[in-house]
Amino acid sequence: MRKTMTSMLAGIGLVLACGTSVHAQDKELTIFWAEWDPANYLQELVNLYEAESGVKVTVETTPWPDFQTKAFTEFNAKGSAYDMVVGDSQWIGAASEAGHYVDLTDFFNKHNLKEVMAPATVKYYAEYPSNSGKYWSIPAEGDAVGWSYRKDWFEDPKEMEAFKAKYGYDLGVPKDWKQLRDIAEFFHRPDEKRYGVAIYTDNSYDALVMGVENAIFSFGGELGDYSTYKVDGIINSEQNVKALEAYKELYSFTPPGWAKAFFIEDNQAITENLAAMSMNYFAFFPALINEASNPNAKATGFFANPPGPNGDQFAALGGQGISVISYSQNQEEAMKFLEWFIKDETQKKWAELGGYTASAKVLESPEFQNATPYNKAFYETMFKVKDFWATPEYAELLIQMNQRVYPYITGNQGTAKEVLDALAADWNATFKKYNRVK
Amino acid sequence: MATAVMTTLDPKSRSAARGMSDLTIRNLFIVPTIVFLIVFNIFPLLYSLGYSFTDFRASSAAPATFVGLQNYRELLNDPFIWSNFAITAKYVIVSVVGQVIVGFGVALLLNRDIPLKGLLTTLLLLPMMLSMAVVGLFWKLLYDPSFGIINYTLGLGSFEWLSNPDMALYAVAITDIWMWSPFVMLLSLAGLSAVPKHLYEAAAIDRAGSFYTFFRITLPLVAPILMIAIIFRTMEAFKTFDLAYILTSQPTTEVISIRLYKMAFQEWQTGRSCALAYIVLIMILAITNIYVKYLNKVKER
Repeated sequence: MRKTMTSMLAGIGLVLACGTSVHAQDKELTIFWAEWDPANYLQELVNLYEAESGVKVTVETTPWPDFQTKAFTEFNAKGSAYDMVVGDSQWIGAASEAGHYVDLTDFFNKHNLKEVMAPATVKYYAEYPSNSGKYWSIPAEGDAVGWSYRKDWFEDPKEMEAFKAKYGYDLGVPKDWKQLRDIAEFFHRPDEKRYGVAIYTDNSYDALVMGVENAIFSFGGELGDYSTYKVDGIINSEQNVKALEAYKELYSFTPPGWAKAFFIEDNQAITENLAAMSMNYFAFFPALINEASNPNAKATGFFANPPGPNGDQFAALGGQGISVISYSQNQEEAMKFLEWFIKDETQKKWAELGGYTASAKVLESPEFQNATPYNKAFYETMFKVKDFWATPEYAELLIQMNQRVYPYITGNQGTAKEVLDALAADWNATFKKYNRVK
Repeated sequence: MATAVMTTLDPKSRSAARGMSDLTIRNLFIVPTIVFLIVFNIFPLLYSLGYSFTDFRASSAAPATFVGLQNYRELLNDPFIWSNFAITAKYVIVSVVGQVIVGFGVALLLNRDIPLKGLLTTLLLLPMMLSMAVVGLFWKLLYDPSFGIINYTLGLGSFEWLSNPDMALYAVAITDIWMWSPFVMLLSLAGLSAVPKHLYEAAAIDRAGSFYTFFRITLPLVAPILMIAIIFRTMEAFKTFDLAYILTSQPTTEVISIRLYKMAFQEWQTGRSCALAYIVLIMILAITNIYVKYLNKVKER
């Protein structure tokens, strides 16, 4: 009996041993990212690297809602399945403090990336803690929220006339959130199966929160003091109450069934003739100017997130930096790849393929700014972006915000003030739990 | 009886020729299963019990510190968790009652001589053979307010099944009823066909009405097997995750397993989520126990 068991165990051991040794031998790099167009562009880009260096690089993807879970499951298991990850900006705190990411400070300084990359991308994608001079990733995909709209609806003389008669000013790209609301109301015609606006409402990860952030930041509000963790009086400030009310009002002008909408739904609002305006990340705009994926491509225009009532203009930051995973067995190869990735020519090529480079030089070039109808808006937005908390407990903060804000926006529960007061209490309790505040 | 089986190893058999004793053969069959059970079930179960008393986070390198009953105390004082439990209870009741009514009803209809009975039964079993994720995805399309076939057929215009916080849980339950009624039907059918025909004949001779026959003969005799179906479905409904997660993200459909998943794998509060998992486990055990007691009572009758 014992003999049988021993040989069985030995067999299993052998199989496992073979599996790992085969894995260690190959000269392959795996980059983990979410499933979306930029990941396909990145695969095209890294194919060039393979042609140059002979090292095969694979971009492995997973759907957005699972991205965080899958990545951290692998990190926590100290798994070596991925060598690099293009991780969300708010992960830096959690991933760097737990030792999942390789410290890239030396690499950053050696290549002077602080100057090479756009300032906002360095601040939010790479540095943690804030102003510490410690860097954990190379800004890879810059991104922020912008808006697309139906130019043909906006430029219809009849609509323009009716709009002016009703609101007293010309119909055009909204100059502030008030106009955004008016235009959404104007085009909201459920009888004609046309609706005013498409916004983010999905509460399974960060979609809804990022949507609300656009209102909060442009209304002059903040989520909290990121250095002292003070939230009371900041997240529930008067501006934020107004911003949340404005976002809720926009929700009443969305198409039916709009309670779980993220980037796919928001682009569909434009392609399927559902809404006059749609909020989305710039990364999803290439699909809107492509006639194969958008029958209204020629009639689609773009604008940056408009200012709030006091003239503040900001947008929620998206985008990711590329980090090397501490448990990778190919760290040296990964660093070589990064050296290639930050080269000016590579960044230029990256932008040409459809990736949103963070390279300041490429962003500033007229070539880039005139390449698409939205690149200029993107360039401008990237200098007025703000982001969510990047502390290791950001996921708890995110879920708390979803729990409080979602029922208010989609289910009409409570008032904006009650919701934000409750959220301030939740966040305060969380920060107390982790000894960030006393 | 067991020893009788043990001692009948044929002396000429290959096992005997190899010199394997009965005990060896028994162990060879049982030990791997037990090892598997211990490694993958018992050990994690006990290990997570230990974690439930700590503030351990799998995402951080910090060591776990013992916090006593703090996790349990905080969870049981959290109004969000209680609302998750209330949602789960409502879901279990709606979906299990629905499945029993539909499943048992269809079984009664099928329990007679009708043409193509076998084919019909097989076709009715199809929903249960599909994967939860697939069912969730295509019911999402069926419920769609703009182009969904349900609103089109019922003439409901753009009724929002999944975006309406009051309706969403029922929409998920309806999908679950559609998927799992066949399971109840199958078990009920087995129970119904086992009811002796002579009882019905006797009832007919005594001029018993169909109502009386159903409540005095059919239901009591099918009850034990129906109870088993209910136990299975209750346990399953209590831990529903896939359907609710895929169909909608309304807070009104956040059943306890979704909250647990978020706590464990999005927030990485490993210690606390272990505690929540234990609370759920204890609840399921308690409910199942009540059912089993009742089942034994039904059997005694």
